[in-house]
Amino acid sequence: MKCSEFLTELTGYLDGVLDEHTKVELENHLSWCHNCYVVCDTTKKTIEIYRDSQLYELPEDLRTRLRSAIMQKCQQHKRRGP
Amino acid sequence: METIQNKLEGPVSDELILVQAAKRGDDSAFEELVRRYDRNIFRIAQHITQNREDAEDVVQEAFLKAYSNLAKFQEQSKFYTWLVRIAVNEALMKLRRRKPERTVSLDEEIKTEDDSLPREIADWSPNPEQQYNQAELREILSKTIQGLPPGFRTVFVLRDVEGLSTEETAAALELSVPAVKSRLLRARLQLRERLGRFFQKRESGDGDQ
Repeated sequence: MKCSEFLTELTGYLDGVLDEHTKVELENHLSWCHNCYVVCDTTKKTIEIYRDSQLYELPEDLRTRLRSAIMQKCQQHKRRGP
Repeated sequence: METIQNKLEGPVSDELILVQAAKRGDDSAFEELVRRYDRNIFRIAQHITQNREDAEDVVQEAFLKAYSNLAKFQEQSKFYTWLVRIAVNEALMKLRRRKPERTVSLDEEIKTEDDSLPREIADWSPNPEQQYNQAELREILSKTIQGLPPGFRTVFVLRDVEGLSTEETAAALELSVPAVKSRLLRARLQLRERLGRFFQKRESGDGDQ
């Protein structure tokens, strides 16, 4: 496997959806190609950091306010009819 | 190396029961759907619009639109995927209104194939996020993802932050599966490259950030 082929398969590898043969080839490539190993490892970290970041969490007070506004608008819509 | 596990949505088995009850006019069932998905929709909206007030509007408009069009929901996809599609469209409309000088669409940013190829290969420190406090880290992550074109960050958020499958993401964004895969790869690589500026392993004695 060449470095360019590794890049093509990287997303599938990180998502765990590669067939066994491609996965073995890719891991073999990673075992000797340090650059691709670093790209793979840091891409995985990128995803994990964003996933665990709790960026843009909805604060509970705002959440309550939004929900009540939504339900109020829904009631108005219902009263007006379709 | 372990693979990334998708963050699973809450139980979907009773989602359909709630949707059907809501269709019959049971508002408490609809309110339950709001409770179940409001956080996700808010996160998606804020990632796309990068603006908190716009994100609040998107949450309200998306749920109201879902409520008023519930009869049209065919139940062939998950309610959540349908809701995400509505919310993404609302969020993109907000962006267009804010940036009338340029069209914002999910199809705009097809650049050359090489635009995301790794240039910077330096390794990161073992626990890069621990070099910063919570507020600094959020600032870094937020600024970094803001730099991606809307079409890239939307795919990244749906797939990697919200844990939708490639097929669900394609359905929610009305894109083909190959288009989602290609954008996801480029979004991941671009974010990796940009975060590298903050997370790179530093040489000892190097006080520079």
